[in-house]
Amino acid sequence: MTAVLQLVGVTQQYGEGATSVSALSGVDLTVEKGELVAIMGASGSGKSTLLSIAGGLQKPTTGEVIVEGTYLSTASARDLAQLRRRSLGFVFQDFNLIPTLTALENVTLPLELDGLAARASRRAGRDALTSVGLDAKFGAYPDDLSGGQQQRVAIARAVVGGRRLILADEPTGALDSVTGEAVMKMLRSRIDQGAAGILVTHEARHAAWADRIVFLRDGRIVDQSQRDGAETLLAASR
Amino acid sequence: MSVRQSLLAILDQGPCYGYQLRAEFDRRTGSTWPLNVGQIYNTLDRLERDGLVEKGEVDEQGHVYWEITDSGRDEVRAWLSSPVARSQGTRDELAIKLAVAATLPGVDVTQVIQTQRLASLKQLQELNRAKYAGANPDGPEELAWSLVVDSMIFTAEAEVRWLDHTEQRLALHPRHAMALELSTEKPKRGRPVKTEQEVSA
Repeated sequence: MTAVLQLVGVTQQYGEGATSVSALSGVDLTVEKGELVAIMGASGSGKSTLLSIAGGLQKPTTGEVIVEGTYLSTASARDLAQLRRRSLGFVFQDFNLIPTLTALENVTLPLELDGLAARASRRAGRDALTSVGLDAKFGAYPDDLSGGQQQRVAIARAVVGGRRLILADEPTGALDSVTGEAVMKMLRSRIDQGAAGILVTHEARHAAWADRIVFLRDGRIVDQSQRDGAETLLAASR
Repeated sequence: MSVRQSLLAILDQGPCYGYQLRAEFDRRTGSTWPLNVGQIYNTLDRLERDGLVEKGEVDEQGHVYWEITDSGRDEVRAWLSSPVARSQGTRDELAIKLAVAATLPGVDVTQVIQTQRLASLKQLQELNRAKYAGANPDGPEELAWSLVVDSMIFTAEAEVRWLDHTEQRLALHPRHAMALELSTEKPKRGRPVKTEQEVSA
């Protein structure tokens, strides 16, 4: 097993002294290659803060975040930006696609920003879109796509160019249940192909796609489901 | 009674012999509710007694083909057009357990809830994996099977949502406010003694 992401003693405090509020307290979390970890918890439990910190969007008050061996606390702003472009992929509830760019351009943007040649970027982008079943939609603009298709573009953008850590914040929140399930299947299959992921959700049905489910309460990990084999309840009866 | 009506609805599609009927039921429910041949023949006998099916042709192998009658067809239509009545009352073991646990001083209900939540999530994980592993999700048999799995998934999800809701409601109360110590009023055996008012009424 290879740890793609490690959080060690991560604490996030807002304010100082008596009025300070702890959003996260002493959180330890490791996500391995090929593993999807779901984070569950009530509103205000620290789920989104944890995701921002894991993605280097926010610096923790104390503790260490290690992404593929890089310690974020000592990384320069340039290294962090590069890490976000090369190793991390974000998927949000509201897709966050750029409306004036085609599906393919949305997916290749992070690669081009990273200085990859246009032709190589397009090839990687086409591969990523094909892998999420959108090979017929390279030239479509976000407005021409359904919600489920837009989220698949967002997943393609999150994994393009061999990104290995996918951070998803309520990715099915804006989708109907059938489309949401299809998106979760897609995410799961990308993880199975060798990525790692964190999924923040309040829906048990979607959290259950993860290998492990971590519960946050008042900024602390209170419990987590065990990772176990792929034995299935119904397989035996089929 | 849905086995009886399910078999009848299948016979509405055309005559079947007993073993064939079992196979048809299995393939339409993803084998999630296995029936033995004895159950099938018992059910057919009762359906015949009630005038809903009758014995038809016998083939060379000796299979008796059962056919639906007009009354049988009416029964199928009535079944498909009426809602399924869920069991009434709150005899749900989990609901009772949580209600009692919430009133016991010294019991950490949050932990009781979390234990149940982990179990329900594990079940959901297993159901998702079973569905994920299924081949050709668009085939009619796979679809029928996954509809049954979906039903189990949504039931498990509803339980988790109810647990979340319960936990949040309990969190609004200071723990001691929920505690019910044993009452000092001891209930008497037998019927309560009538008060004077009741006697005079």
